[in-house]
Amino acid sequence: MYKIRLTPHASRALPLKYFEKLINMNELHQDDHFLLARKSQALQLRAKTIQSIRLFFINNDFLEVETPLRIPSPAPEEHIEALPSGNWFLQTSPELCMKRLVAMGYPRIFQISHCFRTGERGNKHLPEFTMLEWYVSGFNYQRLMDQCQEMIREVAGDVGITEITWQNEKINLDTPWERITITDAFLRYAPLSLNEAMVQNKFDETLVDYIEPKLGMKTPTFIYDYPAKLAALAKLKDDNPSVSERFELYIGGLEIANGFSELTNAYEQRQRFEEALKTRAATNLTCYEMPEKFLTSLETLPPCAGIALGIDRLIMIIAGAASIDDVVAFTPENL
Amino acid sequence: MFTASDLRKGIRLKIDNEPYIVTEFNFVKPGKGQALYRTKLKNMITGSQFERSFRSVDTFESADLREKKMQYLYKEGDKYCFMDNENYEQVYLTEDQVGEAVNFMTDNIEVEILLFEDRPIGISLPNFVELVVTEAEPWAKGDTAAGSTKPVKVQTGYTILVPTFVTEGEKIRIDTRTGEYLTRVKG
Repeated sequence: MYKIRLTPHASRALPLKYFEKLINMNELHQDDHFLLARKSQALQLRAKTIQSIRLFFINNDFLEVETPLRIPSPAPEEHIEALPSGNWFLQTSPELCMKRLVAMGYPRIFQISHCFRTGERGNKHLPEFTMLEWYVSGFNYQRLMDQCQEMIREVAGDVGITEITWQNEKINLDTPWERITITDAFLRYAPLSLNEAMVQNKFDETLVDYIEPKLGMKTPTFIYDYPAKLAALAKLKDDNPSVSERFELYIGGLEIANGFSELTNAYEQRQRFEEALKTRAATNLTCYEMPEKFLTSLETLPPCAGIALGIDRLIMIIAGAASIDDVVAFTPENL
Repeated sequence: MFTASDLRKGIRLKIDNEPYIVTEFNFVKPGKGQALYRTKLKNMITGSQFERSFRSVDTFESADLREKKMQYLYKEGDKYCFMDNENYEQVYLTEDQVGEAVNFMTDNIEVEILLFEDRPIGISLPNFVELVVTEAEPWAKGDTAAGSTKPVKVQTGYTILVPTFVTEGEKIRIDTRTGEYLTRVKG
């Protein structure tokens, strides 16, 4: 077997001759050489990006944590299905444990972990994917958007990307990033208003058909101030409880991250979970147990903000890859 | 009954009593939102296409499609008669349904008939057929004035380009998928 040694400056692809020794040449077609080289480039870029992300958080006084992948119950949400593991479940997100850590007195934490969601497979979805989540005491969602922007700019610079070219779009990271409310996004791009879409249960399809393709094109876009009904685990605005302090980041029309000012009211959070469980039961979906320990921890959770960012999606953007399959070592189908 | 999450490219469904095949498929889902299963569907009988989005709660019926081995018997008026050698059942296909396959159909040739709920809707030929050349310009050895190919007619009435050395009465093998000459056949 030929050993591959990664050099410290592995920003160029491994020369093909490394692979020629590993693989029986007779079995490869012309296309395979190209695909192998491209995959190798993507995986190297992936490694560099993740290292750079780690460094950013370490340099900003964050503690890297690891929380269990296998948990008694996921946060009950209407449209997310957890993968069972024995009589427990694999995490759909590390959110519950990470917020408990913040409540226990860890003010700045981050984690890069695998998340599992069944029934999600497409050229932008994998049932097992990699998520970066970070939580900051004392931040609100606006400050968190600033930090997210800062992190991505620094990481892109680190891996040698000054301008993103994705699907024939040139996306500039240095000019000010776009920030618009979800209401304005609907007004600008959709044939119906946010309220109309909510009433007609057409929010997701309108978002996907009309709005997403326009977001994050010239520069990345933050969409914020989601309606209360779509708050998930975000707190509602003090001066306007019909709006939640939730935002999403889009780059090149691709959903990259979801963040909020965290809801710290245990009673309200329990109510939201109960609503979600009711809706799930009505459509015959699995009912999860109420995460009691998480709810208890909210009583000592300080004001903070948290965000979940899809690492595979970020790498797709940085590498210019059209499919999530191109940025992972193996897809479920390859195993 | 299948649910939207069973949808894939290539799957065949029944909509309004007609068979459709999924020619394109996209799974779309905002992180916290509903999943949408986007498809492009093609009517397997008429060929017309349209787009449709399914939601998680939607269900669909799969199309009852079967391929049956049958033998071509004869042409009656504008209909072609095929017989199932096992039960001697006969089905008739119109000129439209047979389409270009007529160019390669010899007596008693075995074909696959595509049936949708017992209605014949399509035909598949073997990949290669051997047909006799019925009309061809003669070729003299040493005649290089003409090009390297010439058109000839075969027993089904189909006209095909062949190398100039092919003569009338010879049998040739044709690829039914491309309609092209492959080689001469002995005997």
